[in-house]
Amino acid sequence: MAKENPILVQVLGVCSALAVTAQLKPAVVMALSVTVVCAFSNLIISLIRNTIPPRVRIMVQLLVVSTLVIVVDQFLQAFVYDASKMLSVFVGLIITNCIIMGRLEAFALSHAPWPSFIDGMMNGIGYGLVLAVVGFVRELFGSGTLWGMPVVPQSFYAAGYLNNGLMILPSMALILVGVLIWIQNSSKKGLK
Amino acid sequence: MNGLADIFVRSVFIDNMIFAYFLGMCSYLAVSKSVKTAFGLGVAVSFVLVVTVPVNYLINKYLLTEGALAWMGEGFARIDLSYLSLIIFIAVIAGIVQLLEMAIEKFSPALYQALGIFLPLIAVNCAILGCSLFMQERNFPTVAHSFSYALGSGVGWLLAIVAFAAIRERLRYSNIPKGLQGNGIAYITTALMGLGFMAFMGL
Repeated sequence: MAKENPILVQVLGVCSALAVTAQLKPAVVMALSVTVVCAFSNLIISLIRNTIPPRVRIMVQLLVVSTLVIVVDQFLQAFVYDASKMLSVFVGLIITNCIIMGRLEAFALSHAPWPSFIDGMMNGIGYGLVLAVVGFVRELFGSGTLWGMPVVPQSFYAAGYLNNGLMILPSMALILVGVLIWIQNSSKKGLK
Repeated sequence: MNGLADIFVRSVFIDNMIFAYFLGMCSYLAVSKSVKTAFGLGVAVSFVLVVTVPVNYLINKYLLTEGALAWMGEGFARIDLSYLSLIIFIAVIAGIVQLLEMAIEKFSPALYQALGIFLPLIAVNCAILGCSLFMQERNFPTVAHSFSYALGSGVGWLLAIVAFAAIRERLRYSNIPKGLQGNGIAYITTALMGLGFMAFMGL
């Protein structure tokens, strides 16, 4: 999971991921949604893999994934409305998230249902970890809060500490991921 | 007419698909090894955007939003199908990409040679679906507005990927720390380009 992290190693699915990581909460909600969709779409595709004609498989995969995403979207709107407002179109963009399509193509089409389900879940979690780390760093340094609660003590501000506005800009998410990749690559060489 | 040009410029520079929303990053990172292929993909993406977004706009306006079915009679006026929009948009995109692929293969084999390999990739490109969804969120008043928005987004994407591919060709000759080679530096370069694009915010 850590070694084959979908974002860091295979560079998949960053598209919709990074724009939602300005704060921790939407990042975690997004990570959970992707995990659920990835696990269940892997399961469903794996169950029907022998009946799908190979020529139309992309279409079938898209339909399965988008049905699941609609379910997740409605669920979010019903139970965590504020987070779903923040995520706005990015919930819909889970459909085209390359992790999901990638796992369907690479794993679910050729494996039994149960391993596919686990594979989908693990990839979702690996993806979620990166989102959570990026969200954590950006919210902590960008607005001095975590999960919407202030954590940087008032005395810091009194002593002249300022929030780093740069962290809120979208580009910082990319730099953070770049740094994460750097750490990941260096640690792998350390193992060898 | 003023509004149309406005939307176009906004979507090329300020709301640039890659630098402001990170849409289409997957293919952006994968296909930016050389300027020539990057240009091919960029043209293909713009082309598909310009076709799909107005179609999705019409579908959204006359079939899906609340009260959109009023033209079918009294009984249909209160139906709200907007929860279906995700599945319909993606089906329209995948269908149109498939049709385009067949049409191009038939009428212009040369163009097919150039764009053919990219077309299947495009159906699952986040930028295309994202553009349709933003279009839905922004409630453009006419088809022309959505067309101009799609064209702007496509051109913006093309601009970004070609610029990035050009930088990447130079990067090959520079001395990068070991762990950062490949994708690490690609992300950071994109981020710096994004910061540059922030300057257009004041336009």
